[in-house]
Amino acid sequence: MALRPHLLCLALPLTLLAVSPAFADEGEWVPPVRHAETLKECGECHMAFQPALLPAGSWRAIMGNLSDHFGEDASLPAATAASIEHYLVAGAGRGDPALLRITEQRWWRHEHDFSPSRFTRPEVRSKINCAACHKGADQGFYEDD
Amino acid sequence: MKKISPLLLLFLICAAVPASAAGNEAARKDILDGYAAAAGPGFAGFSAERGRPLFLGPHAGGKPETPACATCHTPDPRAVGHHYRTGRDIPPMAVSQTPDRFTSLAEVEKRFGRDCPAVLGRDCTPLEKGDFITYLSGQ
Ligand code: HEC
Ligand code: HEC
Ligand code: HEC
Repeated sequence: MALRPHLLCLALPLTLLAVSPAFADEGEWVPPVRHAETLKECGECHMAFQPALLPAGSWRAIMGNLSDHFGEDASLPAATAASIEHYLVAGAGRGDPALLRITEQRWWRHEHDFSPSRFTRPEVRSKINCAACHKGADQGFYEDD
Repeated sequence: MKKISPLLLLFLICAAVPASAAGNEAARKDILDGYAAAAGPGFAGFSAERGRPLFLGPHAGGKPETPACATCHTPDPRAVGHHYRTGRDIPPMAVSQTPDRFTSLAEVEKRFGRDCPAVLGRDCTPLEKGDFITYLSGQ
């Protein structure tokens, strides 16, 4: 959907306030998504995951198969998909490119080694609802829980 | 005189922007006019009465997990919905709650193109699309 100006207006100053240098030094912050097409097209069914959360190979595989995206149809016009892939790959992080999911990467499973029931609570629903537990997930902050 | 902080200034500018209700209204009308033109002969207007059961379901033919638009958009169009698999919040579909609903044809067509097959197992017709938007515009 079209960007809601009032949401943007709230988010922007809050972000400016939140980005205190204190966070940047502790490896709990990843650069937030700064690419309009990625934010919009990859942010409607779940939050737009930051590029650094997956290695380049995983992003390429995901972007190469949007019509069967974990069982959903997430297809996009070719030009849009190419632009998004370029952005994600350029900012990619480390991990196992054979695994498409963030939640299957070894580092992620290590950090979330707790009872599966915490993910099925009604206010969480899914492991990939990062923002349900990490309030700053949209901005790349994962230190809180 | 005290200097106005840049942050405050940003808030002030922003407060002035959303006053584009008329623009939203016009954009929605354009989209509805397009569906009306595509609805073909015999078209006698869109109906919120038909849009409501389309929204609420239940329907057969689509994915068993999503028998209705309301599965993700919630049965109360004024409430915040949740994607049934990811848990992601979906802002209310009611135009009274989310004023810029149905104002971008590309966005609307993209989502009808994904969501109708998931629920109905087929594309929505132009008449159904217009009924759907008409129902939610009145909510
Ligand atoms: C039509 C809805 C939809 C859209 C649009 C969408 N996704 Fe997804 N995505 C899903 C669903 C559903 C899952 C799987 C949820 C689950 O299994 O819990 C998923 C899972 C993922 C995962 C794996 C998450 C994990 O670690 O388990 C990644 C990465 C991902 N999507 C990236 C993207 C990217 C990049 C885009 C934009 C090109 C995108 N998605 C657009 C619905 C969508
Ligand atoms: C059920 C709640 C829950 C969900 C959902 C969840 N996390 Fe976490 N996450 C935690 C907890 C608890 C920790 C460990 C405590 C901490 O360090 O905050 C953690 C730790 C982390 C860390 C390490 C932070 C650090 O302190 O170094 C990262 C990065 C992270 N999560 C990313 C994610 C991402 C990305 C997602 C979505 C794909 C996600 N989490 C989903 C609860 C959750
Ligand atoms: C699997 C979950 C799901 C189901 C089921 C679903 N939708 Fe959606 N729908 C979404 C998501 C996610 C969005 C995008 C987020 C947003 O617009 O706030 C969306 C957005 C839309 C939009 C765009 C609105 C706008 O303002 O541009 C339309 C139109 C729409 N849906 C129609 C339908 C119809 C019609 C049905 C039933 C036949 C339906 N949806 C069922 C998840 C769903």
